[in-house]
Amino acid sequence: MASKLVDKYFREDHLPHIWCPGCGHGVLMRDVAQAVENLGLDQNKVVLVSGIGCSSRAAGYMDFNTMHTTHGRALAFATGIKMARPDLEVICIMGDGDASAIGGNHLIHAARRNIGITAIIFNNNIYGMTGGQYSPTTPYGEKGTTAPYGNIDRSFNIPKIAEAAGATYTARGSAFDAVRTTKLIEEGIRHKGFSVIECASICPTYYGRKNKKGSVVDMYRWQKENSVTVEKAKTMTPEELKGKLIIGELSRDEFPELTEQYQKIIEKFGKGEK
Amino acid sequence: MSKMEIRLAGTGGQGLITGTIILAEAGIFENKFVAQSQSYGPEARGGMCKGEVIISDDKIGFTKVTKPTFVMALSQLSFKKYCHDLDEDCFVLVDESIEVPADYNHKKFMKLPILQTAREVVGKMQTVNIVSIGAINKILGFSSAENMEKAVLMHVPKGTEELNLKALAEGAKLVK
Amino acid sequence: MKKIRLMQGNEACVEGAIAAGCRFYAGYPITPSTEIAEGCAVRMPQVGGHFIQMEDEIAGCAAAVGASAAGVKSMTATSGPGFSLKQENLGYACITEIPFVLVDVQRAGPSTGLPTSPSQGDVMQAKWGTHGDHPVIAIAPSSVEECYRKCVRCFNLAEKYRTPVIFLMDEIVGHLRESIEIPEESELEIINRSCPEDPTHTAPAYSCKKGELVPCMAPFGSGERYNITGLIHGEDGFPTNSTKTADAQVKRLIAKIEENLDDILEWEEDMPEDAETCIVCYGGTARSVYSAVEEMRNAGEKVGFFRPITVWPFPVEKMTEISKKVKKVVVVEHNNGQLVLEVERVIKNNCALDFLGKVNGTVITPDEVIAKVKEG
Repeated sequence: MASKLVDKYFREDHLPHIWCPGCGHGVLMRDVAQAVENLGLDQNKVVLVSGIGCSSRAAGYMDFNTMHTTHGRALAFATGIKMARPDLEVICIMGDGDASAIGGNHLIHAARRNIGITAIIFNNNIYGMTGGQYSPTTPYGEKGTTAPYGNIDRSFNIPKIAEAAGATYTARGSAFDAVRTTKLIEEGIRHKGFSVIECASICPTYYGRKNKKGSVVDMYRWQKENSVTVEKAKTMTPEELKGKLIIGELSRDEFPELTEQYQKIIEKFGKGEK
Repeated sequence: MSKMEIRLAGTGGQGLITGTIILAEAGIFENKFVAQSQSYGPEARGGMCKGEVIISDDKIGFTKVTKPTFVMALSQLSFKKYCHDLDEDCFVLVDESIEVPADYNHKKFMKLPILQTAREVVGKMQTVNIVSIGAINKILGFSSAENMEKAVLMHVPKGTEELNLKALAEGAKLVK
Repeated sequence: MKKIRLMQGNEACVEGAIAAGCRFYAGYPITPSTEIAEGCAVRMPQVGGHFIQMEDEIAGCAAAVGASAAGVKSMTATSGPGFSLKQENLGYACITEIPFVLVDVQRAGPSTGLPTSPSQGDVMQAKWGTHGDHPVIAIAPSSVEECYRKCVRCFNLAEKYRTPVIFLMDEIVGHLRESIEIPEESELEIINRSCPEDPTHTAPAYSCKKGELVPCMAPFGSGERYNITGLIHGEDGFPTNSTKTADAQVKRLIAKIEENLDDILEWEEDMPEDAETCIVCYGGTARSVYSAVEEMRNAGEKVGFFRPITVWPFPVEKMTEISKKVKKVVVVEHNNGQLVLEVERVIKNNCALDFLGKVNGTVITPDEVIAKVKEG
């Protein structure tokens, strides 16, 4: 049953996708399409850049100008595209390892520059493509194939890092809360400047099984029962917030967008219009 | 065929690399082939500093100075390093402040108050490279005064043109 | 009126790039290539282009490739350690067939090595540095004039063959100042990638016209929405595990270079009929060889030189031909023996082979070349 959304934004020749049954990535990919639809963007002007990992396959399935790049480098490629062609709407889809481990440096510097790119991070708390190794967002104490005795690293709070580095819009959504997540992505794209939307995904195959999280339904139920809105979180103590998923718009700031600033430098030399 | 291999050595900050660039620039105005290079790295930052330029009637192959025909040293260290074991035809110019050992017997040798001229006559130590060039061109005479002035003006900061032209003239005056 | 200017090699590279139509530069500071970044920072906005200093070398390369995918000719530049870091996305550009120019102003290594003494230690890395089988074009300039003109050629070849081109400079030419004649715009041949006539055409993005080996390329935003991936992909641009496609793709990538050698190869030779010795050299080291050959000839020696300007692909046929005419080939390069391995492979036992290299960070002098040639 192909919906209008699927007809318009997906490359049906290249579906079904390779993601495991129950994986949260499919839902999140649909949220991205819905956000673009809601904004009424010109598909020809949207560039979708991804890195390497499970999440990165989204680029191949979506009918935009798509670029499936190297591991961790999506934002670096995207920076080149946006800088060279500020007229294009550039969206990055990355995984948690992709964006915050191997690509962590690119994430903080894209944030620092406040370049007009929307970074969407499908966070499944694990390296899925390589078979379940712990990632920078695997919770403390949880297991991965390379953390057989439990993870002793602390996990990253990606939106907080992005905010500290200068991102002018940060938010968190989840695979469970599709309506809210779509809105957050929409807001991130609309925002002028660097936006980061972390989307809590689920990985039933590796993360779920390794950590005895139950069935796919159990994992979605966990998201439902442990999600706390930003507004509600403000009324809760840190103790009460432990282990909760805070969703909603987390931060917003104003700073001139990078390519607009550069355009002003170009215009000084009288070459403003191409 | 005429080929000059010029080496200017001194202390970082004396503007000697710019000096060699200006000599190269004047060489071009005189329709010569030129090749200019310098030593980079820690040496060029406060320590010893060296700029080189080859000015030739013919196309230049090897671009580094191997058999200098002219060496200038503005510091004791650079005198020690670059003013020995030279061809006897090489012209050596050093600043007056340099202590030259009694047994130093290079024939084509000249001592001039370059640093003092920049400091006291021109009134600005930063012009030491331009004073040097004035003296060098007077000695080597490969460029017309007009072309040398043109070359200097291409490489000095705005607002310092007059000062530097004065430095060039004062440098030339030193060579009697 | 001819425009004669005193210019540094690195500066000439920037001006050459701009003349070739480059309007995007991304990079990370590293000597002895820094003047290229500094020059682009000043010049790009003046010509309506963009400059960005990235967070690292990897990102510099990625951003340059991204800009080119968006339809803008682009360049990144680096030296030694940075060249190692560029390799990842150089390979990406090879397989995705995104043209751009990667400048490596070589310096002495390994690792941080001798900053920033001259060297030609990256010549094999230029060929094999990125993993997997892939096409390579690398061009080595020997003068400031060539830093300008050959940079234009790098862009032309990159655009024509949809491949990254390595501009293999070295510290000697990068930091050298010489007079150069700036060519008139009309004098330069500028090649642009071929774009689909109708961007909404239905032909697969990576399909080639009959008899051709290079697909045309639509810039992002033009209306042809296609996929670019570093995975093995079919003509449609989408990943596949088909062994047949993998074989065809890799072989086409290599064939598009190997079958156009007449167009890609370029060299300078000065080999008199009676020459008994041929000195093989490239890049900045050629300058020592020029002087050495002149001096030796004045002394009656029967010697000539062969200087590949296109270092990769190596001019195999020409080198073979020379090796059949002379008694001895002497390879002079600023490393411990890299291109000499290729020469050895090519000339087989046609003539004797000798080698002069140096790894102490100082330049090879004409006297050293002469001594080596006279040695045997």
